[in-house]
Amino acid sequence: MSAVAQAPPALIRDAAPVGARRPSLLTIWRWELRKLIAQKRTYLGLALVVILPLFFVIFQSARHHHEHGGGQGVFVAQITQSGLATPVLMLTFLCLFMLPLVAALVAGDVVAAEDSNGTLKTILTRSADRGQIFAAKTLAAMTYATVAVFLSAAVATAAGVIAWGFHSLTSLSGTVVSAPEGLLLVFASNAIYLIALFAVASIGVLLSTVTRNSAAAVVGTIGLVIGLYIISGIPGLEGIHPYLLTQQFEAWQGLLRTPTDWTPIAHSAWVCALYAVPSLIAAYLVFLRRDVAGG
Amino acid sequence: MDAGAPPVKARGLVKRYKEVLAVDHIDLNVRAGDVYGFLGPNGAGKTTTLRMALGLIVPTEGKVELFGRDPMREGARALQGVAGFVEAPRFYPYMTARKNLQLLAALDGAGAKQRIGEVLEIVELSDRAGHRVGGFSHGMRQRLGIAAALLRRPQLLMLDEPATGLDPAGMRDMRLLIRRLADEGITVLLSSHQLPEVQELCDRVAIVQKGRVVYEGALSDLRRQGGAGYRLRCTDEQRALEVTRAQAGIANVALGEHGLSFQAEEPAVGALSLALAGAGVGILALTPELATLEDLFFRLTEGEATPPAAPLREMAEAR
Repeated sequence: MSAVAQAPPALIRDAAPVGARRPSLLTIWRWELRKLIAQKRTYLGLALVVILPLFFVIFQSARHHHEHGGGQGVFVAQITQSGLATPVLMLTFLCLFMLPLVAALVAGDVVAAEDSNGTLKTILTRSADRGQIFAAKTLAAMTYATVAVFLSAAVATAAGVIAWGFHSLTSLSGTVVSAPEGLLLVFASNAIYLIALFAVASIGVLLSTVTRNSAAAVVGTIGLVIGLYIISGIPGLEGIHPYLLTQQFEAWQGLLRTPTDWTPIAHSAWVCALYAVPSLIAAYLVFLRRDVAGG
Repeated sequence: MDAGAPPVKARGLVKRYKEVLAVDHIDLNVRAGDVYGFLGPNGAGKTTTLRMALGLIVPTEGKVELFGRDPMREGARALQGVAGFVEAPRFYPYMTARKNLQLLAALDGAGAKQRIGEVLEIVELSDRAGHRVGGFSHGMRQRLGIAAALLRRPQLLMLDEPATGLDPAGMRDMRLLIRRLADEGITVLLSSHQLPEVQELCDRVAIVQKGRVVYEGALSDLRRQGGAGYRLRCTDEQRALEVTRAQAGIANVALGEHGLSFQAEEPAVGALSLALAGAGVGILALTPELATLEDLFFRLTEGEATPPAAPLREMAEAR
């Protein structure tokens, strides 16, 4: 560092200091995504949601040659007749636990990891406000959940279509929908499912902010999901079932009826909001006033 | 930013963690152009104070202003023109040095990105810019921390133990850098355990002990007030010892390898020289010795173990 002595003053202080203009939320969000992209663990969750549909298709193809189909349910019955049944089935399986787990992996880590690594103090002493940083982190967690859902759907669709063709699909009501319309329904179903997944991610962000411990936040979020499943299985508590977050994980199936059944979707939207909004408000308030003493 | 406001002004700053009082009514006054040393033993409350100044933790009481702005009320806006790090600078280990600086520049805006190459050059990390920070040594991270701070083109630089963990050459380079920045008019608030570093760099200091400021002011004043010490070489040291001990206004008389040492105010020294002459002791050398910062620091912060010299004790008690 002996060059310091020779460094001309202009290199260090040749104009007004920075910080007069805050960076945009878009800029901070983009950098949050870059941080996610740079971490190996980000790909663990994505790998799970990609490998499972591929494994499913390969397994079903092999099984088809020997047993000629089988299984239960509308979409299971047509698995080898239309490749579009695969993403619907995959969403049915993954929506209950695997996708909430993947969303929790990042949402639970997004604040806590920075706190324990000491990088939170690094970014909080720049020109971005705490509120902006929090919003960008929350958006990044939601973005990751979105990518996981649509990546899984895209891989399942591509693998299913390659294995069994791009054919019409029979809806839950027994109506046959054309292949393009079926494709649209597949992606719309995934989009509707995101409402519930965002609620899971919001809880993950809250626990990440409050506990300052990634493992505790991830396990806490998944523990809550498991806890809600247990509650839904307790006799005598049927009255609260419609308000359990886990009951909203399958609301997207309303889209696969003819005509579309919007009732479970609308119900799911406000129930999920009841979980997500207070979680995010609480997390935001904690983040704004928290002492950053780690690192 | 209020141009006339002091870079740092803290009033009645308190931080309490349940039963523990980490910072106890600290007042600080860092003036523009100061190289201000913030000294204290481990756990004295230095880092907590810096964290409050940077808006990282909320004071229990009191407030701190940076160029007239309160970080608690104005958030990131109060950090305009301010940069630095608390404890060790931290970066994303899975990203390269350049990528880390790009991220921080994006959070700074206002052309900080264009200075990445320059600041890397200043801290001599250009050749490692493409390497992941996870593989950096402690010293390299410290230098990257300085680079990150310089991206903001600061008018106030707050550095917490910047030389800790550096090898002697690294410490010398860090001192040179801080001196250089100070010469360019940047106000520096330097929290440090390295007393020679503070003595060499700082013009004003605050010494904290158990969360309280026990001294704040010019380093030269502190040394003058605390270090009215003298060393005497003479023809008959034993006789001189007896005369000196009998003289009023002279304290802490000791005979050592290099002659007699004692503490006294100037009038008492004049009287002593006459008394020595009267006793037939020839004076070979009578030299004033300013106390080192280290002496003063330990006198102020370890008061129970080593009783402070009277002027210092009075000074500490008067505060």
